[in-house]
Amino acid sequence: MKKYIEGRVWRFFDNVDTDQIIPAKYLVTGDRRELAKHAFENVRPEFAEEVRGGDVIVGGKNFGSGSSREHAPRALLGAGIACVIAPSFARIFYRNSINIGLPLVECDVDAGDGDVLVVDFENGRIMNTNTKSAYTFPPLPDFLMKLLDVGLIENTKRKLEGMNR
Amino acid sequence: MMVGQTLTILLIYRLFCALNVWIGVVFSLFYSGLGLPLAYHIFLYQVTTHKRVMGMTIAEKILATHANRSSVSPKEIVDARIDYVMVNDVTGLPAFEVFEEFGTTPICEKTVLIQDHYVPNKDVASAEQAKSMREFARKYAIKKHFDVGRSGVCHQIMIEHGFAAPGRLIVGADSHTCSYGALGALSTGIGSSEAASAMATGELWFRVPESQKFTVDGELGKYVMGKDIILHIIGDIGVSGSLYRSMEFYGSAIVSLSLSDRITISNMAIEAGAKCGIIPPDEKVFDYLKDRVIGEYAPVYADEDAEYEDIFEYDAAEIVPMVAKPHLPENVVPASEIDVEIDQAYLGSCTNGRIEDLRSAAAVLAGKKVHPDVRMIVVPASRNVFLEALSEGLIEVFMDADAYVAGPTCGACLGGYMGVLAEGERCVSSTNRNFIGRMGHKDSEVYLANPAVVAASAITGRITDPEDLS
Ligand code: SF4
Repeated sequence: MKKYIEGRVWRFFDNVDTDQIIPAKYLVTGDRRELAKHAFENVRPEFAEEVRGGDVIVGGKNFGSGSSREHAPRALLGAGIACVIAPSFARIFYRNSINIGLPLVECDVDAGDGDVLVVDFENGRIMNTNTKSAYTFPPLPDFLMKLLDVGLIENTKRKLEGMNR
Repeated sequence: MMVGQTLTILLIYRLFCALNVWIGVVFSLFYSGLGLPLAYHIFLYQVTTHKRVMGMTIAEKILATHANRSSVSPKEIVDARIDYVMVNDVTGLPAFEVFEEFGTTPICEKTVLIQDHYVPNKDVASAEQAKSMREFARKYAIKKHFDVGRSGVCHQIMIEHGFAAPGRLIVGADSHTCSYGALGALSTGIGSSEAASAMATGELWFRVPESQKFTVDGELGKYVMGKDIILHIIGDIGVSGSLYRSMEFYGSAIVSLSLSDRITISNMAIEAGAKCGIIPPDEKVFDYLKDRVIGEYAPVYADEDAEYEDIFEYDAAEIVPMVAKPHLPENVVPASEIDVEIDQAYLGSCTNGRIEDLRSAAAVLAGKKVHPDVRMIVVPASRNVFLEALSEGLIEVFMDADAYVAGPTCGACLGGYMGVLAEGERCVSSTNRNFIGRMGHKDSEVYLANPAVVAASAITGRITDPEDLS
């Protein structure tokens, strides 16, 4: 995982649910690029067209609430989102994102559409280069950091080797 | 003399505790305890070495047992053995793709596959999805595969077929897996990749949740159901009021509820952001499980001194039939206080598609007609519910009232098919989510309510408290 990113902001607010991230009618594939074509279609129809690799999402509390669809973080990864920053996340979205390698940062950041944020994962710092405001966040616990780095698939493979089943 | 001796011995034990307690026992026997009975020494020894273990909540106990630990505390991350892992036709396909990367075979006894979201298939893409589940089941000879005609909404199947039981740890690639908390299980939603991992290893990591206690005491009104209790609570604490938490429900009103109504409450714990919503199991649960449950089970209850992060208390008399307005389940108002015209009334889903729900809707509808401007759609949650409804004459009541009755599926609940809303349309629904575009067009609206309110509203064409019908 990258230790440091610089990305353009897409601003969202409280309780962004997974139906908003990817509407149910597109849940007929697991392909992240295919899913990315319909990300936020109902609430921000321009997103899929205009998103660029390395952009970041800044949300409000309870980001990713609702269904367990892993299609949601997959769609964001497919769209090239480098990380999602929000004061709190819904738990299944949180797990899913870490498992498939989408970094999440729990932090209440003031940023508008198009602002550029610098996120330093290792030291837990965020800088809004437009407003010059700085923020800190507690880095992920070791266990999750490792999982994010290795990915659930590789992690499971290693576990299976140890299990001998 | 005795007191002095006792204190000295206690001190010696304490000092030797860290080293070797047996040296301490022998030493104290000779030093100051000669002449005291051995039993007294053993008692003092136990008093000194006894570590006070904090009481645990239901979620903590279930996680501890499944992680082979004597205790766990909130925020810890543990690896725990799971009893069952379930996927449905939507979350299955990505799970199967991931699974193939492991180069192993699934633990068949723990794996449950259920076709419910888009079956019978609505289009070619969903047909391919369902086919992938059939192929996965065949390839690994997984017997617990519920296909069209034998199936129903996944959570109803998990409960009806005896997978859900007290004390179990169950995960499912569907957020409403928390429903089985009503039977005293710790069950929770996960993603597809994790489901694949759980099928391969039989384990998964969990963050031990903080627990919150909700007590509802008193008597409930005639048309007040489990749905209204949980909507009332979510209205109070908000959709992130239980984020990452385990909700536990207590009180005379909860005890008086049918198992079906309790399932509605646990089902919607996720709508408050919770990991799970657990109700201590009682005779109603044990009776239901007779001749149904697969394998043994062991009920788990919280300790008297279990620690809760928050305690909420409600008076049942203050809870009335509720409606959650668009676009969040926390936007609740009493059904009697809202005047909104509707285009569709939907009765079904894992929240309120059981026989008890159909009965309460049919009781309101009997001998009446659905309003000419309203379509009412009734979808029993499983084939067994459908059969029961048939034999009790409920299906006839619905059809006589001009409702459309369909076979079990998730269908319109998630805006999939069979009841999708057009632009600007409004639906009063017995389901659990009213998010933007949940049941169709982004500018359509969903109002969540209990089955009796859905039926009453279908008759009048506007959201109606059944109490106001006559
Ligand atoms: S009935 Fe609705 S809420 Fe329940 S599992 Fe199906 S789609 Fe999800």
